Parts: sequence; structure tokens; C-alpha cells
Amino acid sequence: MTRTLFLTCGLVSAACLLAGFTAGCQRHESAAEPTPAVAAVNPGTAKLYPVVTREPPLPQGIPTGTNDPHGQSISLKCFTCHSARESSPHTYQSADLDEFHQGLKMAHGQLTCISCHDAKDGYSSLKLADGRTLAYSESMTLCAQCHGPQYGDYQHGAHGGMTGHWDLTRGGRERNHCLHCHDPHSPQYPQFAPVAGPRDRFSPAASTGESHE
Amino acid sequence: MSNGSAFPSLPILDQEPTGRRGFLKACGATLGLAAWATAMQPLVEWSQELSVDEFLQKHYRELKPAEKQAVFRRLEEDCKKDHGVDVTISDPQAIPGVQFAYALNLSVCIGCRKCAEACHIENNHDRATNNSYIRVFEMEMGGIDFEKGDATYDHPVPQPGKFYMPVQCQQCENPPCVSACPIEATWQEEDGIVVVDYNWCIGCRYCEAACPYHARRFNWEAPQIPAEEINPDQGYLSNRIRPQGVMEKCTFCLHRTREGKMPACLEACPTGARVFGNILDPNSEIRWVVENKRTFVLKEELGTKPRFYYFFDE
Repeated sequence: MTRTLFLTCGLVSAACLLAGFTAGCQRHESAAEPTPAVAAVNPGTAKLYPVVTREPPLPQGIPTGTNDPHGQSISLKCFTCHSARESSPHTYQSADLDEFHQGLKMAHGQLTCISCHDAKDGYSSLKLADGRTLAYSESMTLCAQCHGPQYGDYQHGAHGGMTGHWDLTRGGRERNHCLHCHDPHSPQYPQFAPVAGPRDRFSPAASTGESHE
Repeated sequence: MSNGSAFPSLPILDQEPTGRRGFLKACGATLGLAAWATAMQPLVEWSQELSVDEFLQKHYRELKPAEKQAVFRRLEEDCKKDHGVDVTISDPQAIPGVQFAYALNLSVCIGCRKCAEACHIENNHDRATNNSYIRVFEMEMGGIDFEKGDATYDHPVPQPGKFYMPVQCQQCENPPCVSACPIEATWQEEDGIVVVDYNWCIGCRYCEAACPYHARRFNWEAPQIPAEEINPDQGYLSNRIRPQGVMEKCTFCLHRTREGKMPACLEACPTGARVFGNILDPNSEIRWVVENKRTFVLKEELGTKPRFYYFFDE
């Protein structure tokens, strides 16, 4: 390494002498510099690929529990029932209801149905805290009004799963929506079985068997 | 003595009788030959697997571009011969102006080990040992005490009263493993990633002993992977199938990250606990985390200066 450097220095100085002092020297040095194979990351000027949020699972209506002649389950749009029914601000659990939404687990603080669902248009959309209507596709805004820190983290790429490129000058990125991990009615991330652990010398199975100790 | 045998009927004794000295010489020679043959035996077996080219291969950093290409093609052929799989050995170089860093949110990690699984698949790890560069510890809430940590838990996660701490190579700025290597088979690249030349490593395991994070693994055997599960997108310095008897380690998936992609463990994380990027880019996510979150590094007192940050939400 040192020898190569020394030789390069020698060559460059020789070239400088031949070409004639400062101007020539500068030209030669810049010519000797290797051109980087990949341009340095420069977010200011380079074109950036988009960061896309994956479509969240949106409500497709309420299943009635019956099937059509083709065997497909029949579901109803929200307003089929709700346009004709009075909404109750006190309904908190699905158990409070006589029909439909049975078995829906509600575990989201002290929220009731109409905290988030808009009764005005037959529950076809969501409602912000200030009473404004919000489409189901914009549900992240609804979450963000209470979960500001999490939303802030999300905006800065520090919350929620993603795939794609860290370097947006080379490719895009896909991000999860809140609803991919959090059931809005019971948002705590569920417990589940982890992937199997390592079977190395730390695992109990290995240490009881062919242990060297 | 030449014709002085007392028993002419026994022609074998008619020869010059062997003296004590001769007998011992013969014994010594036989034993010596046997010992030499035994000592040379591994070499005979070894040379069946090791070609002359491989034996004479220079250190990665001394290879000229053409020599590198020859090495990569040879490794691809070897993989085809040994596993019957067409693989590509790439050699992406560090990107100028990029220093990689990683951060992990302990408040969000649920200990599902999906990252370890993704590493296992991406980096062509041995299937039998379920090896991975990531070890996820289940820790007691209230402190960071690895003595109470458990890396082999097998029950639904997350458990109340526990937090989960994945530990992998911290890509130290001051890596003790590199200083420990007697033959410079491991070194730090321009973008901060510590790599191993698996063809130069002699498997002395000094680096494994030097690493305070237990991030290095030794290949007791060459990884055994079913042909259809081998990841064919391989880097010379990262996830190519390692030979037996060499050290290996996390490389932040440099065959992916130097192409601008996310590491495999980050893509697998369902909760988004992992943040990766170029710490030199002021607009990067990793920079935001380091500037705005309460981050810490593991075993800071050792002065290894990890590029892997842990943080938690308020």
C-alpha cells in the first residue's frame, strides 16, 4: 500500500515537472483522481423515488352471516341500516347491541362508536374530533389526532414496517399503514408465537446434550 | 557369523541376525513413517477440496480487478458444483459520502425474531443450527442486565414485564475484532462496515473472543442449505456460502445496502422498530432518530463507538 502510494506520488511529481509547474500539476492531479463508480448521495439535486403507504384494509361492509346462491357471504353497506336508525352516544361495546357487530372486541381507551364513526352520513365515513367528516382512506389523520408522537415518528421513518430502499435516489419505498398492525377497535399489538430461536450452544436443548462442559 | 547358523533347517535365521540397534532403528523408522503419514493425512483430504488457485489466492484488498473477477467466477462455479445452484457473486463497493448507521426502538420491538429469521434466509446460514447474526434477548424491564436476559425464549411475545433487545454486529468505529485479527482477514470498510475475507481467514477465533457483543460466529461446518433455499444474490464480502472453519458476521447486508436497499432484518420487522440509513445525510431517518431520540449504545464504556443505536419512546 505504502509502496504504491510512494510510486504514485513519484509519478505525479515527475509528470508535474514535465508539464511545467503549478497549472500542469493541478491538471494532472485531477486527472489522476479516480472517478467514483457511483455518484455521492446528494438529496438536494437528485431525483427521488416515491415513498408509498400501502393501502390499509378498509371496511367492505358488515357480513350478514348468510351466503348468496354462489356461496359468497352477503355483506351490507353501513348506511343500509344506519341511515334509518338513531345512533346512541352511549354505545361502547358490541355487547350493548341486540344485533350485528356481535363479537367485535372494543378495547380502545374510553372511545365509543361515534367517537370515530360519523353518524351523520350513516357511518359511511369517519369523524374527526372537531366534527369534520373524514373518508375511511384518510384514517391515519384520525389516528394522528390522539397519537401525535407515534405519527411524528411515523413521518420520520421511525415507526411502522417498511420495505424498499434507504437511498431514495436509487429506488422507492413501501410503508405500512397504522391499520396493518393495529386493529382500530383493539389497537394493542397482539401476542403471538415468535420464530424459533437459535439452536446453538446457548439453547437449553444443546447444552443438555453434547456439551463440552 | 555369515555361515554360523545353529539351525540350518530354519533359513530365515540363516541371515545376519538383527542386532538390538538395528531393531530399534527399524521400529523408529516405521513409527516415524506412520506418524508422518498420519500428520499428512489432512493435507491429502484438504487438497481434494482446495484447488491450487484457491490456495494461492491473494488477500481481497490485494486482488486486481481482473483477478477479483476470476475469483468470483471460480466461486460461482464451485457453488454450482457443490450445491447445483446458479449464484451471482457481486462485490459492491462502499458509496462515497455514506456512513451506515442503524437504530432500534426498544419500545416497539416485540421480540418476534422475524429479523433473525430474515437474516438466516438472506445470509445463507446453516439450516440445522438455525444460525443468525441477530440474537434477540428477552430482558427484565427496569435495566439492561444481560445476565437476566434470555435469548432462547419460546413462548408468546411480548410478555408483560419484559422488553426485547436484538443484538447483532454493532459495526464499531473502533472495532476490537479488527485489532485482534493476526492476519488482517477482517477490516473496516469506508462506509463503516466491518467485513471478513472468508478466503483469508484462518479461523483462529481471536476476533470472536475480542468482540464484546458476541456478534461473530464460527463456521464449525460449512453451512448446509437445501439447494432451493440458497439465496443466489451473494456478495463476496457478505452472504456467500462460507467455507468450513472461518469466522462470519453481520455486514448490514452490504450486498443489499450498497445497492441502496434496506437490510433484510429491517424489511422483515413488522413493527418498524428498526431504522437504517446514511448518518451523513442530514435528511435521513437515522439522523432524525439520533438527533431527536434518547439513544444509547451498548457497552459505551468500552470505547468501541458502535454505529448501532438503541432508543426508546418517552
